[in-house]
Amino acid sequence: MERLSGRKLSDTLDWPLIICYLALVLIGWINIYASVQSAEPLSIFDMGTRSGKQFVWMMTAFALAAVILFVINARVYESLAVPIYVATLLLLVAVIFLGVEVKGSRSWFEFGPVRFQPAEISKISTSIMLATLMSQYGYKIGNPRNFIATAAVILVPMAIIVAQSETGSALVYVGFIFMLYREGLSGWLLFMGGVAVLLFILTMTVSPYFSILALVCIVTLCNTLYSGKFRHWLITVLPFAVVMAFLPWGMERLVAITGSAEDSLLGSLKPEYILTALSLCSIPYFAMKAFRERSTFKWASIAAFIAGVILVFSVDFIFHDVLQDHQRKRIEVLLGLKDDPTGVGYNVNQSMIAIGSGGLLGKGFLKGTQTTYGFVPEQSTDFIFCTIGEEWGFAGSAAVILIYAFLIWRVMHDAERSRESFTRIYGYCVASCIFMHLFINIGMTIGIMPVIGIPLPFVSYGGSSLWAFTVMLFIFIALVRHERRYFS
Amino acid sequence: MKLDKSNKLKIGLAAAVAILLAKLFVIQIVDERYKIDASNNSMVYTMIYPPRGIIDDRNGKILVGNKIAYDLVVTPKEVEEFDTLALCRAIGVPEEFVKEKMAEYYRNRRRIGYQSVVMLKQMTPERYMKFAEIAYKFPGFRGQARSIREYPYNAGGNLLGYVSEVDADFLKKHEDYSAGDYAGKTGIEATCEQYLKGEKGYNIYLRNSHNKIEGRYRDGEMDKEAVPGMDITTTIDAELQHYGQMLMQNKVGSLVAIEPSTGEILTLVSSPGIDVDMLADIGSHYNEILANPYKPMFNRAVQSAYPPGSVFKLVNALIGLQEGVLTPETEYPCSMGYHFGRNKLGCHAHRSPLNLEESIMMSCNAYYCYVLRNLLEKGDSVSVGDALDEWSRYVRSFGFGEKLGSDFPSELGGTIPDSGYYDRIYGKGRWKATNVISLSIGQGEIGCTPLHLANLCATIANRGYYYIPHLIKDSEKVRIDPKYKERHYTMVDTVHFPKVIEGMYMAVNAGYGSGGTATIAAVDGLDICGKTGTAQNPRGDDNSVFICFAPKDNPRIAVAAYVENGSFGARWAAPLASLLVEKYLSGDISEARKPLEKRMMEGNLLDKVKTD
Repeated sequence: MERLSGRKLSDTLDWPLIICYLALVLIGWINIYASVQSAEPLSIFDMGTRSGKQFVWMMTAFALAAVILFVINARVYESLAVPIYVATLLLLVAVIFLGVEVKGSRSWFEFGPVRFQPAEISKISTSIMLATLMSQYGYKIGNPRNFIATAAVILVPMAIIVAQSETGSALVYVGFIFMLYREGLSGWLLFMGGVAVLLFILTMTVSPYFSILALVCIVTLCNTLYSGKFRHWLITVLPFAVVMAFLPWGMERLVAITGSAEDSLLGSLKPEYILTALSLCSIPYFAMKAFRERSTFKWASIAAFIAGVILVFSVDFIFHDVLQDHQRKRIEVLLGLKDDPTGVGYNVNQSMIAIGSGGLLGKGFLKGTQTTYGFVPEQSTDFIFCTIGEEWGFAGSAAVILIYAFLIWRVMHDAERSRESFTRIYGYCVASCIFMHLFINIGMTIGIMPVIGIPLPFVSYGGSSLWAFTVMLFIFIALVRHERRYFS
Repeated sequence: MKLDKSNKLKIGLAAAVAILLAKLFVIQIVDERYKIDASNNSMVYTMIYPPRGIIDDRNGKILVGNKIAYDLVVTPKEVEEFDTLALCRAIGVPEEFVKEKMAEYYRNRRRIGYQSVVMLKQMTPERYMKFAEIAYKFPGFRGQARSIREYPYNAGGNLLGYVSEVDADFLKKHEDYSAGDYAGKTGIEATCEQYLKGEKGYNIYLRNSHNKIEGRYRDGEMDKEAVPGMDITTTIDAELQHYGQMLMQNKVGSLVAIEPSTGEILTLVSSPGIDVDMLADIGSHYNEILANPYKPMFNRAVQSAYPPGSVFKLVNALIGLQEGVLTPETEYPCSMGYHFGRNKLGCHAHRSPLNLEESIMMSCNAYYCYVLRNLLEKGDSVSVGDALDEWSRYVRSFGFGEKLGSDFPSELGGTIPDSGYYDRIYGKGRWKATNVISLSIGQGEIGCTPLHLANLCATIANRGYYYIPHLIKDSEKVRIDPKYKERHYTMVDTVHFPKVIEGMYMAVNAGYGSGGTATIAAVDGLDICGKTGTAQNPRGDDNSVFICFAPKDNPRIAVAAYVENGSFGARWAAPLASLLVEKYLSGDISEARKPLEKRMMEGNLLDKVKTD
C-alpha cells in the first residue's frame, strides 16, 4: 500500500482531526471514571465499573477506526450506499417489533451483554445515501424531483425513529438542513425555520397576539429590506406596531370599565382575532401589489405570513395534542412556564447546580460532590458534561466545547477543500450530526434546550454510540486520506 | 474572505458555540445561586428532635410527660461484617429480624445510598445501654435518642389522643414536616400540635466526595438548637377524670362534667376508652384496639348522637314559659299517659294533676305533651310548621342541633328537626302536632351528644347562658379563641329558669317516697339539682340518662351521664353522676354512699350491649 501511495502515511492522515478525536475519547473515559466514583476507589480499568467497560469499547472503536482507514477501500461506500441504506431501514423497522424496551422506547437490539441502537447506524447510512444521491451528475437541489428524493432519504428514517418514540434521535436529522443549505438550499428556508421556532416560543411564553405582531413586523421588514425601502417601514409599520402593542391592555381596560361579562361579545373578542382580521384584510392590497410588480418575493412572503398565522393558532393544538406528555413537560420547564425542581425540572436543576458549582477552575479530578453522590441522573451517559463542568470548571468545559468546535470546523474545512462532491457532502453530514448532538446535549445540561436524551459524541458512556461516531468520523477521514493519496 | 455559504455556516457554528460558552460563563462564574445550592447538596444535616410539650391538668398535675427512648439507626454503607447473634442479644430481637432487615437494605441499596435508616424503634434506655457498651463492635450502627410520651395518670386516653410517625399522606398536606417526624394524630395531641411540637434543630457537617464527614460547617455557627414544645394546660381535673373512668368501667356510655361559670370541661369520659398504656405505643396495639367490639377509639361523649329522653322536658318547659303557653301554676292531668284520638303516649303511675315543678320532679310525660301541643297549635294565624320552626330555633339556642364548637376534634352536631324535615317525611302540610308529639319527651327525631346534655345542664345552672365547652385553658403562651369567653344566651329569659331549677331540686331532694325520680342522687349538704331520663334504645334495654348540677346556688359543676342499655335514669346514670359531683365537691365519698359507689364500680352492663 505504501508503494501505491504517492505520499507517506503521516502526510495523508488528517492528524488534527484524529488528535481531537483521541482527546475527546480520553476526556470521556476519565470523566466516566470520575462520575461513577464511589466511597471505595476502584481502578479505572476495573471491569465491574463503567470506566472499565468503556475502555473495552474504546479499544474496539480504535480497531474499527484502523480497519476503516487501512483495510476498507474508501470508494466502496459510494457503490454500496443503496444496500446499506435499505438494510438500515429494515433494521429500524425490525427493532420496533424485536427490540427490547428501554425507558419507554423500543429502539434497542440486545445480544447478550451488548446492546445497540440501529438509529446510531442510520445516521451514517443516511449520510452516505445523501452524499451518493446528491453527488450524482446533474443533481440540482432546486429541481423538484431531486428535492423530493433528498427529502425522502432524510424523512423516511426520521419517521421510523419517531415511531420508535426516540424523538430526540430524530431531531438530529433536522441538522441535515445545514448540509442542504451548503448544497444550494435557499437560506430563506433556514430563516423561516428559525422564525417558526421563535413564533412557537413567543406564543407559548408571551401570547398569541404578540406572536402575530412579531410576524407582521418580520414579514414587512424582510420585504422592505429586500426592496430597499427601510425608511418607509420605519415611518409606517413601526408606529403601527407600537400602537398595536397596547391593544390588549386597552381592551382589558375597556372590558373592566364597561363591566362586560366574560362571555359577552366584547369579553370573548380576543385581541389576536382583531389583529389577524386587520392583516388578512390588507392581504388583497399586497397581493395586487405583488401582481403588478410581478414580485415572487412578495407572493412568497404573503404565503409565509399566512403559514405563520396558521402556526400561531395551531401552537395550542400541537402542544397539547401532538406532543407527548413528558415532552410537553420538558418544554414547559425549559420555557419557565412551570417550575418543577423535583419532577421533570429535577434533572436540569441538579445538572445546572453541578456545573455551576464548578466555578472557574473546577473542584478537581474526582473531587466533585454533586456528580458522585448521584444527585445528577444519567451522569455517565447523557449528563456526562456535568462531571466535566463540576470537576474541571469553566476552563475545562470551555476547552471541551472548543475542541468540538475545532473538530466541526476542521471537518467543514476538509469537506470544502475536497474535489469530490461525495466527500464534501458526506463531510457536511458528519459536521451537522456532531453539531446537533453537541448543541442539544450540552444545551440540555445547562438549561437552554429541553431535556432530550441523546449522547455527547465520543464522550458519553456507551459502546453503541462511541462506535457509531467513530465509524462516521473515520469514514470521512478515510475519504479525505484517499483523496490526498491519489490527487494531491 | 468572501461570504459564501460555507463561511456563513462557520459563522453560525461560532455563534452557537458562543451561546453555549456564554451560558456556561453565567452559571459557572456570574450566578452565585448554583454554588449555594451545591453546598446544600454536600452538607449533611443531623436532626435534633425537640422534646414535645407537656400536657398538664387544671391543677398542674402532669397528664402527659416525656421519657427518653432510643432508635437503632443503621447506615448500611458503613456496616462491616458483624456478630449478628451478639447484636440481637444486645437489642433483644430474634436473629431473623436483623437478617431480614439487612437483606432488605441490600435489596434497596441503590435507593438508600449513603442514608441512614431506622432498624428498631423505641428501645428503652436500659436496653440501649446494653447495646451502647458493645457498640464499637458494630460500625454503621448507632443509637438516636428520641423523647416519647409517658402518662403518669391513667386518665383521659381518648381526650389526649396519640402521637405517631407521620405518613406519606400527612406529609403531602403539611410541608413543614419531613419523614421520620412524629405528630399528634387525635385528641389534644392533634388539636394542640402547633404548640406541642416544638422546633427541630440540626447540626451541619460537611462531607467530601468520598462521603467522609470533614467537620462542622463553619464551626457550628449555622447550627440550630432544637426548641422544646410548649406546655399545654388543660381544663381536665386528672383525679376526677380518673375517678370518672373508674365509675364507667364495664359500661358503655359517657360521663361529662363542665364548670358552668367558665365552660371548662372537667371530665370527659367515653367508655370503654383507650388505656394510656396503649397510647404510648399505639403502633403495636392499633389492631387490638380496632378489633375491640366496643370501639374504644370512638369518643361517644362528642361523637355519638342519642335521643336525650326526659331530660329534654326541661327545654320544653323553658320554651313553654317563654312563649306564655304555660305558667308555673299551670296544672295538667295525667291518666297513665296522654291520650289523643285512639293513640296514647304512656306515663308511669303518679298523682294527678301536676303543676310545672311537680312535672319535672316526677317526670310526667302527659304534661309535656300538653305543653308541646300548645306550643305548636297556636291558632289559625300560625301554622304548625311555622310553630315548629320557632320551637326549633329555641332548641338550637341551647346549643343543640349543631356542633358546639369545642376545641375537641370531630365533634358531632346532632339533629333537631324543623318543619322541612317533617314535610319531607309526611308531605308538606300533611302532618299535625300529634305526629311529632314524642319531641315533647325528648324522643323521636332528636339526636344530641352527651356533651350537648352537659352543656344544657350548665346553661340551666347559669340560669340562661353557656360558655362553649372547651378543653384547653387560657394562658400567657397558649391563647384560646375569644369565642370561649363569650356568654351564649338562650332565647329564654333568665327569669324563667328558677322555677325549672326548683323542679330539678325537688327531683333529687324531695325525699324517698315523695315521687321524685332521682332521690338516689341526693347528697347531704351538696344541694344537687338533677333530671333523670330514660331514652328508648331500639337495640335493647333503654338508655339511662341523668343531668345534674351542684350546688343549687353558685353551681360549680354540671354533669351529664349517659349509660347505654342502663334502663331507668335513676338506675345507673343518676348514681354515677352524683358520685362524680360528690367526689369533686367533697373530695371524697361519704361513708353512707360507699356501698353505692362499690355497686356502681363493679356494675357490668357490657353483656347488654349489642356489638354487631
